[in-house]
Amino acid sequence: MECVMKVPPLLAHVAVFVGAALVAAFASASEAKPAAPDDQRARELIHIVRQDCGSCHGLTLAGGLGPALTPDALADKPFEGLVATVVSGRPGTPMPPFLGIVSESEAAWIVDQLMRGFPPDGGLPLSR
Amino acid sequence: MSSQSTVRLAPPVLWAVILPAIVWLLSACSSVSPLTELRGSGDLGVVIERADGRVKIIETTGRSVLATVDGLGDLSHASVVFSRDARYAFVFGRDGGLTKVDLLQARIVGRVLQAGNSIGGSISHDGRIVVAQNYAPGGVKAFDATTLELLAEVPAITADGRRSKVVGLADLSGRRFIYSLFEAGEIWITDFSDPRNPQTQRFAGGKQPYDALVTPDGRHYIAGLFGEDGLAMLDLWNLDRGSRKILAGYGKGEAPLPVYKMPHLRGWSVAGGRAYLPAIGRHEVLVVDTNTWQEVGRIAVKSQPVFAMARPDGREIWVNFAFPENGWVQVIDTVSGQVTHTLQPGRGILHMEFLSKGHEVWMSARDDNKVVIFDTATKQPVSGFDSASPSGIFFTTRAARTGF
Repeated sequence: MECVMKVPPLLAHVAVFVGAALVAAFASASEAKPAAPDDQRARELIHIVRQDCGSCHGLTLAGGLGPALTPDALADKPFEGLVATVVSGRPGTPMPPFLGIVSESEAAWIVDQLMRGFPPDGGLPLSR
Repeated sequence: MSSQSTVRLAPPVLWAVILPAIVWLLSACSSVSPLTELRGSGDLGVVIERADGRVKIIETTGRSVLATVDGLGDLSHASVVFSRDARYAFVFGRDGGLTKVDLLQARIVGRVLQAGNSIGGSISHDGRIVVAQNYAPGGVKAFDATTLELLAEVPAITADGRRSKVVGLADLSGRRFIYSLFEAGEIWITDFSDPRNPQTQRFAGGKQPYDALVTPDGRHYIAGLFGEDGLAMLDLWNLDRGSRKILAGYGKGEAPLPVYKMPHLRGWSVAGGRAYLPAIGRHEVLVVDTNTWQEVGRIAVKSQPVFAMARPDGREIWVNFAFPENGWVQVIDTVSGQVTHTLQPGRGILHMEFLSKGHEVWMSARDDNKVVIFDTATKQPVSGFDSASPSGIFFTTRAARTGF
């Protein structure tokens, strides 16, 4: 005797559908707004992007040796591709991989902030 | 004769008060600002406060800030050249702004927005022409150094119709300027002898030149290459031979390390018959003999070098590093070829500038909002001052040097 509960086919379909919808909603929500780092780390990341990414992309991110990173310039670029560029760099160009300096989720947060218009640099905290 | 005076003079006691008052008022008028006092310009300099579009005018004898000049636009990656009399600074901003600052009066005397995106500039040996090198639109532009009137433009467009960013601009004799094209990999020399009708010679260079230098004697031009293992070198006394590769294959096929900031090349890399050049993608300073142009050594350093600068006497090379190791500075002794000192002068050391005889070095500590001053003999800090996000430091002694 097998005591496996039989789920009515209709209910199974509904469950799968609802589940898929939930996953999709969750995924798109996280894509729209990647998890924000804590305040201290956010300040560091903003400083890094403005100052150190800025050495190639410009302090105002309007471009330099590297292309502009303004919302207009990034508008038609795929989000995931931009995150991959930050994480892994772009072979054949001077863009280096930043994984290790930023995590993948921080890279996603940075790209999201860039696409919205990057915040101003408040400087680094005084502590070393 | 009884000559009765109709003019009434104040009693002598009152004069005793009035005269000193007049003297004091006159002297007050003539000391509005310390800069209007008679002074030389040989010990002056400019510190770029890049985030605020501002420069500080400093003097190196008393190590003090004389004045602050505002309104220079986006100064990320700003650079400065000086007029021959070392009175005027020409400041090239990232946003294409070219600003002429009178160091003695501490004010802007000319400003043009000459491009969308600019990386620096240079001044002719006769001091009459200032040339800006631009990323967008890619090319160079020449200006009258007195009026900043545009004289000529040379778009960096190659035979294939492609426009390149211009890097590594330097002054040559006879109103000539040399520069490299990042995308096209060419080296161009433009002659502005007839300023409104410039003539350009083109040479093959190498893959993705990122910066370049002309040696202090003005004979050799060396372009650092991002896209290949090696540097391109042009002998300016034998132009018909074209450029050749030096230090080819210095990476020996090893995978390059990430480069978080491009090195900067200037003639300060040359000392004692050798050039000390930052490797790209390797944590090394490469040493090349300037007679044979063969590698004679390589020195392991802490991280990716950005500046490798000889102290003016050539005895030491001071090296700073790319993010994230930009809080370190290392000193190489040129006799032993060894790193002798590893310093932490501050956070975010972006730039180092030696006094002309090398006894002091001024360093910008961007992330500490400070300029720190070290004695090069003791390697100890001797002074410093607050400065908002300082980047480049430029002393007027550059006015007398080729390639600066």
